[in-house]
Amino acid sequence: MTLTIPSIHYLALVPVLILFGASLALLIATALVRGRLGSSVATAVTVLASLAAFVVTFVQWSYLDAHGPSTTIANAIVLDGFSVVATAVIALSLAMAALVAHDWARRQGVTGAEFHILALATAAGAVLMTQANDLIVIFLGLEILSIGLYVLVAFDRHRLRSAEAALKYFLLGSFASAIFIYGAALVYGATGSTNLTSISYFLGSNLLLRPGLLYAGGALLLVGFAFKIAAVPFHLWSPDVYEGAPTPVTGYMAAVVKVGAFAALIRVLISALGTQLATWRPILWVLIVLTTLVGASLALVQRNVKRMLAYSSINHAGFILLGVWAGTARGSAASLFYLATYAPVVVASFAVLTLVGGDGDDQHSIDHYRGLARRQPLLGGMFAILLLSQLGAPLTTGFFAKYAVLAAAVDSGGGPLALITLLGAAIAAFFYLRWVLTLYADDQLDAARVTVPRATAAVIGLGVAITIVFGVWPGPLASLAQHATVLFAP
Amino acid sequence: MHSSLWLTVLILLPILGAGLAMLVRRRDGAAYVVAAVTSVVELALTLVVSVLYNNHVAGAQTFDFVGRWVVAAPFGLAYDVALDGISLFLVVLAALVLVLAIFGARDRRHEPAFVSWLLLLTSFTIGSFVAHDLLEFFIFFELTLVPSYFIVAQWGGRERAKAALKFFVYTFAGSAFLFTGLLYLGFLHQHQTGGALTFAYGALAATSMSHGTAVWLFCAFAIAFAVKSPIWPLHTWSPLAYAEAPTAGSMELSGLLAKLGSYGLLRFAVGLLPLALATMRPVLLTLAVIGILYGSALAAVTPDLKRLVAYSSLAQMGFVTLGVMTGSKIAMVGAVLLMFNHGVITAGFFLIIGFIERRRSSATIADLRGLQGPAPVLAALFTVVMLASIGLPGLSGFVSEYLILIGAFATHAWWAVVATLGVVLAALYLLWGYQRVFHGVATGANAEVSDASHPERWVIAPVVVLVVVLGVFPKPVLDRITPSVQQLIEHVAPAGVSK
Repeated sequence: MTLTIPSIHYLALVPVLILFGASLALLIATALVRGRLGSSVATAVTVLASLAAFVVTFVQWSYLDAHGPSTTIANAIVLDGFSVVATAVIALSLAMAALVAHDWARRQGVTGAEFHILALATAAGAVLMTQANDLIVIFLGLEILSIGLYVLVAFDRHRLRSAEAALKYFLLGSFASAIFIYGAALVYGATGSTNLTSISYFLGSNLLLRPGLLYAGGALLLVGFAFKIAAVPFHLWSPDVYEGAPTPVTGYMAAVVKVGAFAALIRVLISALGTQLATWRPILWVLIVLTTLVGASLALVQRNVKRMLAYSSINHAGFILLGVWAGTARGSAASLFYLATYAPVVVASFAVLTLVGGDGDDQHSIDHYRGLARRQPLLGGMFAILLLSQLGAPLTTGFFAKYAVLAAAVDSGGGPLALITLLGAAIAAFFYLRWVLTLYADDQLDAARVTVPRATAAVIGLGVAITIVFGVWPGPLASLAQHATVLFAP
Repeated sequence: MHSSLWLTVLILLPILGAGLAMLVRRRDGAAYVVAAVTSVVELALTLVVSVLYNNHVAGAQTFDFVGRWVVAAPFGLAYDVALDGISLFLVVLAALVLVLAIFGARDRRHEPAFVSWLLLLTSFTIGSFVAHDLLEFFIFFELTLVPSYFIVAQWGGRERAKAALKFFVYTFAGSAFLFTGLLYLGFLHQHQTGGALTFAYGALAATSMSHGTAVWLFCAFAIAFAVKSPIWPLHTWSPLAYAEAPTAGSMELSGLLAKLGSYGLLRFAVGLLPLALATMRPVLLTLAVIGILYGSALAAVTPDLKRLVAYSSLAQMGFVTLGVMTGSKIAMVGAVLLMFNHGVITAGFFLIIGFIERRRSSATIADLRGLQGPAPVLAALFTVVMLASIGLPGLSGFVSEYLILIGAFATHAWWAVVATLGVVLAALYLLWGYQRVFHGVATGANAEVSDASHPERWVIAPVVVLVVVLGVFPKPVLDRITPSVQQLIEHVAPAGVSK
């Protein structure tokens, strides 16, 4: 018996290698450099690495256009349109988050490259999740992503809340990972493979007389994912963690974890378990209704803006699930479009929160936003646009993101579901608007101005630009998302 | 056929004006001048468009200025504009209300943001009226919420935050139904034709569907439009919003934005879903009549002038709904005309109430008394607007209400009979309100009230002129509305609309 080494198509791996390589390089550099590595250097490395990964996705895309999707490393890794777009979104979010964190770290007096090392590693994990075609690889990506995040959440060591949030996230997250891997084991038992393509092939060509094992495995996988994307009722950790984590980390988490986890979820449900659509759809139906309604309603009663955005992000997760529920190429494209437009907006939103949070990163009451747009029209106005985008107002990407997933759901016969989620959006509109109103309140005109460092300003500007440009002219991005799912895994 | 560029300019000009106003905001009053000039040019352009409008363009039914560009094919999103006799005067109304609102709000000339929001609101409203695509209409329809929200929330009265939120969330929730409905209709059409996803008006109108589907879709559309219109019982946001909004905001909300509801009902619910008419007509006619009586009753007892006009609007919009839903040509023409007339009249009402508020900082009826003595011109202006609203022959309100009632009587006699009571009640509550505010002996602060100034008289002059001219000589307007209504009726007629 000879050991065959699987062929490796390196183009598929380049983004992961770049991100992980940059992380390792920084790690080694901190050990070798005398004294501490300047945080500017670390930021520059992170931003350059993520931009490099971003550029590579274009190369991948043109390769895909010519050769079509392919798998590599014994079918464990996929190079397809879906993964390429998701990778680009992760890379962009990482670059934005690194810039915000840079200004934050400087203000807090945090030196060193630890944040960047961890962020790069987690991003590599998230990219791996978007490319994974095997339950084990998904788990690998999930763990790389999660373990880095546990540390990042605890990053602000001087704040008790940060450590508390990290512990909470770690304990619950480990449970979720355990549940996920148990689910993967059961699915393996039922189908004889952990490879998504093989599972799909097996289920397509065999009729399971006793599907109990598969259902149990699938349900556990779903629970694991639901935890990561914070779908109700598996959302309880998220407000606490969002609140406790340092604000730049929260923004990074909100964007990157969602992209990675949703990409993997879509691949598992649509690609591997597509034949079981009738089984998982009703479960998702309930999850979506709970997620959108609970997320929106609980956001209403919050005073802490980070918790508010945590519930808002739960609400968004419900909408993204709507595209998954559709179970069609249109649905996957819609979810991808949603993720691609939501990620920059949420990173930019948390960038504003980071600035307003102040030196102690603790000014997160809604009252700190009173009259912000009166005192600083540009910052406040941009933040209002970001909030309106999250609300789903037309002329922002938020509208078309919601439009895309709702259209996909209605197309698959989900009219009532679409209506319920839209009413959830109307509830959510309530608190976004209240926040916008707070921004424009005309008392407290003499409150202290928020200083806006240049890098963070660029991030906020980029978020606003993306939401406005593609909000007015969504054609290219929509075609891209649609095209990406046509190039879905074999 | 005329170029669609005209309509694009009508949409873009106010946006550019708003941008320019914000650019020059540092110079005191400059933004106001920019806004005023923009609004006048806009009005002039709409008048040119209404003169140019040609209802005999081959293959376009009665539409003119047609143009369509696909913006995002996967979404079925297109920029598609056209104008017909039904939307024509609503576009003119939008520009007119803008002019009145800006010139009537001279006390806000130091607030560039205020006039910019007004300009944006006008742009989005005109966009909704000329949208020839259901999705595009929806986008503009939703967009109008943002400026109106800011206008009410920032410049409104004491309870402005509550009023603005209630207004926004009500409309937003109503739109949820419209949104789901339009997606459903779009996909139904796509599955039938097998082509690309489209929401083009003409394409959707050719969709075939079962009676049940049509009824469900009609309900979904009607809920959204009933909130906006407002139609009883979904009107509950409106008295608060109209009362709390600044004068210009009330003018825009009730004079203009309310028309989006009845316009949508006519164009999209009736026009696209004729199959549902047989079932839904009695329901909406009944709601309309209830709205007329309920609005009139509350207008009689409300203690606040702005709320009086708000409830009277509910009654007037009840007449519009009545005319839209009867399906008789005469009544539908009357309904379109009433949309325009009511917009002008309500704008006039809120302007005058704004003048009173400026003097007495109150619109509470109990605070006002005998204003006719110190301010005879103001009283006279109010009288003209009021009489037009009551429907005095020779003034504009009469023509439209008369058309609606005779049209409705021919097809739905009993509803028309009850609705006619509303005309009597209108006389009752308006005259009574007038008596309480303007008659009697003015004492204290009321005696010190100054009469309408010259700028104020000039602002209200177009309203008075229009009220009289359209009361005596409505023919040019009716000539433009009728062919389009005829066209709409012919389209829906096979499904059982009486002619």
